[in-house]
This record gives sequence, structure tokens and C-alpha cells, in this order.
Amino acid sequence: MDYNLMREFADSWGLLAMALFFVGCVAFALRPGGRRQADEAARIPLKDD
Amino acid sequence: MRFGTEIVALGLFAFVALVAAGFGVDEPFRQHMWVLLIVLLGFIAILLRNTSFAATAPVDPSAYMDGPIRYGAIATMFWGVVGMLVGVVIALQLAYPDLNVEPWLNFGRLRPLHTSGVVFAFGGNALLCTSLYVVQRTCRARLFGGDLAWFVFWGYQLFIVMAATGYLLGITESREYAEPEWYVDIWLTIVWVAYLILFLGTILKRKEPHIYVANWFYLSFIVTIAMLHVINNLSIPVSFLGSKSYSAFSGVQDALTQWWYGHNAVGFFLTAGFLGMMYYFVPKQANRPVYSYRLSIIHFWALIFLYIWAGPHHLHYTALPDWAQTLGMAFSIMLWMPSWGGMINGLMTLSGAWDKLRTDPIIRMMVMAVAFYGMSTFEGPMMSIKTVNSLSHYTDWTIGHVHSGALGWVGMISFGAIYYMVPKLWNRERLYSLRLVTWHFWLATLGIVVYAAVMWVSGIMQGLMWREYDEQGFLVYSFAETVAAMHPYYIMRAIGGAMYLSGALIMAWNIAMTILGYQREEEPMPGSIPALRPARSGARKWA
Repeated sequence: MDYNLMREFADSWGLLAMALFFVGCVAFALRPGGRRQADEAARIPLKDD
Repeated sequence: MRFGTEIVALGLFAFVALVAAGFGVDEPFRQHMWVLLIVLLGFIAILLRNTSFAATAPVDPSAYMDGPIRYGAIATMFWGVVGMLVGVVIALQLAYPDLNVEPWLNFGRLRPLHTSGVVFAFGGNALLCTSLYVVQRTCRARLFGGDLAWFVFWGYQLFIVMAATGYLLGITESREYAEPEWYVDIWLTIVWVAYLILFLGTILKRKEPHIYVANWFYLSFIVTIAMLHVINNLSIPVSFLGSKSYSAFSGVQDALTQWWYGHNAVGFFLTAGFLGMMYYFVPKQANRPVYSYRLSIIHFWALIFLYIWAGPHHLHYTALPDWAQTLGMAFSIMLWMPSWGGMINGLMTLSGAWDKLRTDPIIRMMVMAVAFYGMSTFEGPMMSIKTVNSLSHYTDWTIGHVHSGALGWVGMISFGAIYYMVPKLWNRERLYSLRLVTWHFWLATLGIVVYAAVMWVSGIMQGLMWREYDEQGFLVYSFAETVAAMHPYYIMRAIGGAMYLSGALIMAWNIAMTILGYQREEEPMPGSIPALRPARSGARKWA
């Protein structure tokens, strides 16, 4: 396992995996029906003292 | 016996320090170990005076643990004043070199004292105490691990004292924002892992099913700083009883590791952590939920994914491969989006409550902080563009940029959070004085404006003078001429910094009086008495 191998992995599969994970996170945040849960979560700090 | 184990452990630790002070192979190390010994003996003396053999009352597991947070708020204030004072001193040293007092108080030793003092001591304590405050209240759970929070708090203060005294003794790794030598680094690693366990443990025992977004930001700050700190400080000590070590990396790899660390110290310490603060304290102070919770989630992931790659922009036009420089620049520019998304989210939280800007100086402070967050995250990506960087790098423009972020964003949001927390932590009805908060706000804001504007002018002047060629291709100005041309700006910068410091001193007075339980007799803020305000038919209602 040398530098070039790692670099090649990083800018192909590594990049793809991270990009997909990120897109997945955004899609999950914006999923239909997520709004209600998000609005509830936004109120968490206001429920306490 | 109360503190029994602690006293014995500290005694052993003090003995190790004594042995190291005796057998140390270099003079600064021996001096540093004497400092450690004295500090540890001080800790032991305090514990011995407070020990007792009576049975301790059982703690209420449902009550929040606020003791370390109270200490943390005071430590934040204390180190803030110290760090800013050192900043004004070194600003004056640049203007008047005679103020360099050899050897302990010259610019080279005081400068890291200032940067670490404000970033790690002031900012670090602010993050530590607010994170523990926020995580308990948004998880509805007491801090995990019993007295672990006390260990984290005092361990962190010991790190600060050891780092600061080390700089003054001339002990340094010469890595920017990572100057402490190997043994202090190891201590910080231990404390930081304890902090991670404390924070994560509290999240795991939460009673609130959802983990509020502020905790995500705080957690990413803790985890990433652990990773950055360990990797950037991989080094081999020359002797286990000496103060010198050498980095595990060499050449350009070392430089890249350092700036991967350095820029992410900005990204995860000075940004992610303080965004956690923003996402809790702005909604609390405005008493309305964050503008868009879903935007805050996207803000989080985008920031995490982009920031970590931005470091190479500190190494433009160096031996670093071109592709890496361009990568750093591209990711820095992309950072515009999450930064501004976050800024808009913070500001719009006030939508429908903008009148609070007039009546509540704490909200005003927080809004100014978020505005400066937006401004400096606009300026930063711009400066990372290689052509802009060829003018700005190594000049005072960079210093001005850092201070608009540090004084404007980090400082103001921390002040706002402390102003919010202190009356709650000490069960006071309100702050000692809101008028003094207004004074603090204006002194700080004008101080930053003076500071940043002066540094823009002097930085661009400096950059232009450095690159000025005559028609035969010779440099027009010698370096000393550029230094002489900056003298008036250095003086004005010191004035801006002194204004900011005086604001912090007013705050320290205000906070101290609040803690002592005083309330200043003063006219209420205009418009702050709802009963006297005429009903506004056109006011927008929050849905």
C-alpha cells in the first residue's frame, strides 16, 4: 500500500462514497414528512428552563 | 474522605514533576517542571483545605451539574481579559519595539501567549462551559461520569497554565496554534479524551430522543480537535526529560499537516464549536426556534465535509503540489455556501422579533456576531483565491481577517452566551446592568471596525509595496521601508484592540457584580417595557 494507491482510492471510490453520504444526508433532511419532526426538534431548547 | 483519591494522585503527580525538575536535561524543561510542581502543590493545598471526613450528601441524579459550568464561565472571563491584554501589549510592541522586554516578554514569546490565550484559554473555556450547559439542557440529562467534568475543567486549566508558562520560558514547537511541546500535548490529549467521554456519555444517557443540532456541532468540534491535535503533534522527543521534540513529518508534508491542523482549528474550534453556541443561545435569547432546523442539518454536514479540505490555501505558491493548492482553494470557495446558509439561519431566527434588537443588547451582540461570521466567511474564501492570496498572504490583511472572525464572531457570540448563562447559573433575576452591556457592545463593535479597517489598509499597502518593481526590474522598497510605513497603522490597531479590551473589562465588572448578587439601579432600555408600548397591528406573528 503506497502513496499512489491510496491517492487513487481517495479520488475515486473514497470521493464517491463521501459524496453519496453527503447527498444522502441532505436528502434525508429534506425527505417528505421531515418537516414536522424538524419543527419539533427545533423546539427542544425552548422546552427547558 | 472527600478528595482522598484526588489528593493522593496529585501528590504522586507532583512527585513526578519534582523528579523531572531535578533530572531534566535542559534548563527550560527544569524551570517548566518547577512551575508544574508549584501549580500542583497549589491544587493539593486547596483540596486539603476543603476536605472533610463527613459523609457527603448523595447527588440528585435528575439535577443538572452546573458547578464546573460556573467555574468555566468565570475562567472564560478571566482568560479573555488576560489574552486580550497580551494582544494589546504585543500590538504596542510592534509599534514601539522598545517594549520588548528580553527574554521572557519579547514579541516572539508573547505572540503565542496571545493566540493560545484567546483561542484556547478564552475560546476553549467558553466552548467547554457552554457545551456542558447546552448538552444537559437539550438532552435533559445530568452530565455523565460523576466528577469527570471537574477533571476536564481543572485538567484544561492546567494545560493552559503549562502552555502559557512554556511559551514565556521559550519552549515551543514553532507550529502555529500548536506551540506546546510534546509533554503538554500528551496532557491535553488525556484531558480531551476525558472531555469526549463526558460529552458523549451525556448524549448517550439523554432523555430527549432527538439529538439537538447544537450538540452535533459541539461533538464534531470535540472529535475533530482530538484527531487534529494527535496527528499534528506526532513527534519524537529528544529526551523524555527534555523540552525539545522533532516532528514525525518533514518538509512539505510537515507544512501540510500543520496547515491541515491550523485551518481546521479555525474550522472546528473557532467555527463548528461556536456554531453550536449559536444554535442554542440565539433561539434561547430570542425565545423562538431556529429559523429552519432542516437548513441547520444541511449546514452541519456541508461544513463538516468541506472544511477539512481547505487547509492547503495557507500554502499557496509554496513547495506544496499545485493540485493540492488548487484543491484547497476550491474547497475554500465552496465553503461560502454552508457558511452563508448558517449565517442566514442564525439571523432569520429573529424574523418577527427584530424589535428585540432595539431593546435587548444581548441579542444585538449575538446578531453582530452572526453578521461578522458572515463577513469573515466571505472574506476568507476570497483571500484563498490564489491571485488574491498573492497580494494578501504574509501581510496584515490576514491579521485583520483573523481578528474580524475572532473578535467579531467568536468573541461576540461567547460574550452573548456568557451574558445569557450567568444570571441563570447563579439564580439571579437579571444581569447587574443592561446599560453596561450596551457600552460593551459599542466599544467592542467600534474596536473591531477600527482594527479590521486599519489592517485592510496597512495589509494592502504592505502587499503592494512588496511587489513594486521599477522599470529595470528591481524592487522599489526595502523590507525595512515597508515596516516603517506601517507604524501609524500599528498605533491605530493598538487603539482598536484597546477599545475591545475595555469592553471586555466592563463585561468582567458586570459579570462579577451579577455573580455577587447586585442589581444596578438604572433606567430600563427604551421600549423594553411591554406595558408601555402601543399595540402594533401590523406586527408579524410567528406561526
